[in-house]
Amino acid sequence: MTTLEKLIDLIRETSCSLSDDVEKALKRQLKIERTAGNSAAVLNLSTIVENIALARRQSTPLCQDTGTLTFFVDISLRRRVTVKLLQKAVAAATERGYLRKNTINSVTGASCDDNCAPGAPVVHYMEGMNRGEVTLLMKGGGSENMSRQYSLPDTSLDAGRDMQGVRKCILDAVVKTQGYGCAPGILGVCIGGDRASGYEVAKMQLLRSLDEKGGEFASLEKQILKEANSLGIGPMGLGGKTTLLGVKIASRTRLPASFFVTVAYLCWAARRRTVTI
Amino acid sequence: MTKLEYPFLEKAVRDLKVGETVSISGRIYTGRDKFHKYFSDGGKIDVDFSDGALYHCGPVIIKDASGDWRVMAAGPTTSVRENPYEPDFIAQTGVRLIIGKGGMNKATLDAMKRYGAVYIQAVGGAASVIASSIKRVAGVSYLDEFGAAEAVWHFDVENFTGVVAMDSSGNSLFDSIRRQSEAALCEILSSRA
Repeated sequence: MTTLEKLIDLIRETSCSLSDDVEKALKRQLKIERTAGNSAAVLNLSTIVENIALARRQSTPLCQDTGTLTFFVDISLRRRVTVKLLQKAVAAATERGYLRKNTINSVTGASCDDNCAPGAPVVHYMEGMNRGEVTLLMKGGGSENMSRQYSLPDTSLDAGRDMQGVRKCILDAVVKTQGYGCAPGILGVCIGGDRASGYEVAKMQLLRSLDEKGGEFASLEKQILKEANSLGIGPMGLGGKTTLLGVKIASRTRLPASFFVTVAYLCWAARRRTVTI
Repeated sequence: MTKLEYPFLEKAVRDLKVGETVSISGRIYTGRDKFHKYFSDGGKIDVDFSDGALYHCGPVIIKDASGDWRVMAAGPTTSVRENPYEPDFIAQTGVRLIIGKGGMNKATLDAMKRYGAVYIQAVGGAASVIASSIKRVAGVSYLDEFGAAEAVWHFDVENFTGVVAMDSSGNSLFDSIRRQSEAALCEILSSRA
């Protein structure tokens, strides 16, 4: 298979086949909601589980919003997996129906029908990835609209510049997102950084597997997941024990004058996949 | 699960209560941003919505080799954008089911109570399952004017499932769950402070 074909296949698989860790978590939660007798949650989760299987079988997009495509490319591939080649793969995947015509010129309102434009798709050449790896994240607009950034102290939340303040921001984001953003979702959080790096680092946490154990913030992640799921918001905000599937936190240094807490929200259709080229 | 079949008569719709799961069969029509704006600007509606269903949806739809429409993906879109138009739409058309995601505002809830309509939350992102419940594309309106994603599609569906999230007695599941969750959060934060 040529590099181009491998990239087109990465897009197809990401769009049509949900990550295993997320599918496993959804099935586990369906059992829990069944036992609890939450009928709305059971209907939502069972439809989602059915949808995942159907999309995979038919090779059709899991969700009609095929989202912003963000590629993370091992830096050693920078001459082989160029932006130009990635755009070629995106255009071909759009042509084959794996991606919706989903790219709008913000000034004229015109559709860029091949989903390619300056900055689209988003491409990051990264140090520290495994050799030859390319990771794709597809994140829909409904979920992106629910990402937020807080600046501590925040008097409206009574949140100060400490870890209690951080926790209040994250839980506030959970309450504000209810009904939107297609729950159950996953939160990626960045404590600190500047405004831009905060959003970037928070989004990158969404790539971490839900099955991953340990990590610097493991106990806080576990605590917030438990607290969020005790709020009764549930799948699609219609009640239940399943509001989040996971919380992934990282931190960056900050300036004395700034203290940002950034929460990136990802819907249940968490489309992310890695291949080795 | 409560079965609903077109035409959706006022009595049956008024009997629905928030939290109930429903399975819809028969004719439904899509309509989203451009359609609501057109209606609000006084545009003529050539589709009969009385005792009918309006689905907030922009499907991915293609014409197959034999010239028939094929629905590829048809999940709900966020309904709040239609808040400014929906109370009038309910009053003037006699529509009974509004299907979408995320719920709608108090003015729409009031119109549902007055005229006998409910809001049904479809499963967000379940684009393939919903597409497979659409058994026939019976027609389309405003295709040239609004484009394929915003046109009014005439779908014949079987067992399209959802949850009654706003009923015609003035109850909104979104509001009650929001209140409960905010109270639960207050409790969590105060118990550990």
